[in-house]
Amino acid sequence: MVEVRQSTIIDAPIEEVWAILRDFNGHDRWHPAIASSEIDGGEPADTVGAVRHFRLADGGELREQLLALSDKDRRLSYCLLEAPLPLMGYVASIRLKPVTDGNATFWEWRSEFHPPAHRRDELVKLVAEDIYRAGFAAIRDLLRRRDFPMPTEARPSKTIMPPGPTDIAPRSIPAPSILASSLRREETTRAILVERYGGPDVLQLKEIALPPPAPYEVRIRHTVIGVNFIDVYCRTGFFDLLGLPGVPGMEAAGIIEAVGSAISGLSVGDRVAYACPPVGAYAERRNMTADLLVRLSDDISDETAAASLLKGVTASFLLHDIHTVRPGEVVLIHAGAGGIGQLLVQWARHLGATVIATVSSDDKARIVERLGAHHVIVYSREDFSEAVMRLTGGAGANVIYDAVGADTFAGSLAALAVRGHLVSFGQASGPVGSWDVGRFASRSITLSRPNYAHYTDTPEKLAPHVDRFFAALRQRAVRIEQPVAYDLARAADAHRDLEARRTSGALVLLP
Amino acid sequence: MTKVYVSSVIPAPAADVWKVVRDFNGLPGWAPFVAESRIEQNAHADRIGCIRNFTLKDGGRIREKLLALSDYDLSCSYAILESPMQVENYVATLSLTPITDGNLTLAEWQAEFDCAPGREAALTQQIGMGVFQAALTALKQRFGR
Repeated sequence: MVEVRQSTIIDAPIEEVWAILRDFNGHDRWHPAIASSEIDGGEPADTVGAVRHFRLADGGELREQLLALSDKDRRLSYCLLEAPLPLMGYVASIRLKPVTDGNATFWEWRSEFHPPAHRRDELVKLVAEDIYRAGFAAIRDLLRRRDFPMPTEARPSKTIMPPGPTDIAPRSIPAPSILASSLRREETTRAILVERYGGPDVLQLKEIALPPPAPYEVRIRHTVIGVNFIDVYCRTGFFDLLGLPGVPGMEAAGIIEAVGSAISGLSVGDRVAYACPPVGAYAERRNMTADLLVRLSDDISDETAAASLLKGVTASFLLHDIHTVRPGEVVLIHAGAGGIGQLLVQWARHLGATVIATVSSDDKARIVERLGAHHVIVYSREDFSEAVMRLTGGAGANVIYDAVGADTFAGSLAALAVRGHLVSFGQASGPVGSWDVGRFASRSITLSRPNYAHYTDTPEKLAPHVDRFFAALRQRAVRIEQPVAYDLARAADAHRDLEARRTSGALVLLP
Repeated sequence: MTKVYVSSVIPAPAADVWKVVRDFNGLPGWAPFVAESRIEQNAHADRIGCIRNFTLKDGGRIREKLLALSDYDLSCSYAILESPMQVENYVATLSLTPITDGNLTLAEWQAEFDCAPGREAALTQQIGMGVFQAALTALKQRFGR
């Protein structure tokens, strides 16, 4: 007999982790190896004795029976009834324990079974790594992954998770223990605290508690903090990414001040930046899970990183992953003078495309021309789809980047070339409505509707875009305008100016 | 019956942490509030039933009896015989569990006791934070980077 035992710390409260794991039929929603699962006979999944029948992503089918379930001990045991592998007598259990010091969760996954001697090592490795450790990573990922829409979104989109019996997604990020009156001697930091949703006035500078970093966190002392339109939606409660009371902000650069006990590869003094949830960037210092931190090289300033990482990473996957822009292609970019628009115009031009941009005014047309657009259409003055057809001799655009939404979607479809690709990555003017996909066949249209998180929520996904964006900055393929800076205490003014569109270029806060 | 539970992640392998905490007479070496300790009647510190008699830095004296010690489960249970805390039927367990991911240790410290009505919250706070968490924090720092 062999015993396999794996354990980890998940940086979330035990109730949240247990809510996911106790669902005996819920593993297909988080474990990457499992394609689908159902309970034989349709019994409730928390019936001891229930049998789950599931399919692996590679086609294998298994049946497992629930032997024990305890909400008191947060423990679940099960055995294998049928499997395509010789895991004889396999009995496994999952148990959770709270880590009261830091509000995290200890998770142990163990099993015993009798493998054939010649396959022992192979099967132990499979169970330990492909099942247990892959499961740890998937849950960590799931808890971190919010429905983080594109930075250009104006409406909350549907959640990533399919609906299930347990209430696991989406969750608003629990207010950090910032107001907890712990008797521990705690450090504090200055931060913009939102205690109720509302206008810019709810952005108040407060002194809040700063606990020591958890095992998988680092503490960052911010030097420059990025301001994005999504922060406005968080402040107003339009997106549920900001729990109350809470600190908004998803983009910043700074210096690592302390590292958690399980951190490797990052040290005190390292310069880093990030552009991802959870919120909390509007602060002098914060703790942050380390895996999506980007190390800054000497030639990338903190100001550039904080002002452009989110937009640069977005532009990178829009131009390279969702559609690979090739020399000679006709690329139409809506809102070319906007934050992401400016990057798309410069970068698409650098990639050798013929760039057509739409803007709302002559002032913005001049900005976009300076950035290198071949043609600029002021859409308040002329119908942009007719203009695109005229400029392309009736051929249309090969790819269209459209974050405007309701006002432009129909025109974008009309401006596409045969086999053209419409990338709808936001809906600033409202939802695009319902469309009959059958009509797309008239020109073999491809439609993409990307979500930022799905291209950036693991280090493996994020790294190529960061590398590519920084390389483009170094080559001066793209340039970032000097951002407009505000003191952290004046975050409310920054939001007022952003909402009134009084600024062009990026806004940053200085702690 | 009042219960207290505290847990921490110690940044070291469980075997290393166990070497420190398994010594029933070793509190002065790692618990920041313990001044000195001896085992009564010259018994071995790993003999079940032995009594440790230690003084706190604030002058208090505590006598505790070793109820269980497991080198297999990495756990140690003891009962208070005498203390200034005015608790009855006090039994505590300190246990370690390996965290394979990163080769760390989960340290759990829990106690059950009876006390005068109305004193539960104060004692829970004193024992949970003032004793258990304070000692685990010291342990974390000892193994910390």
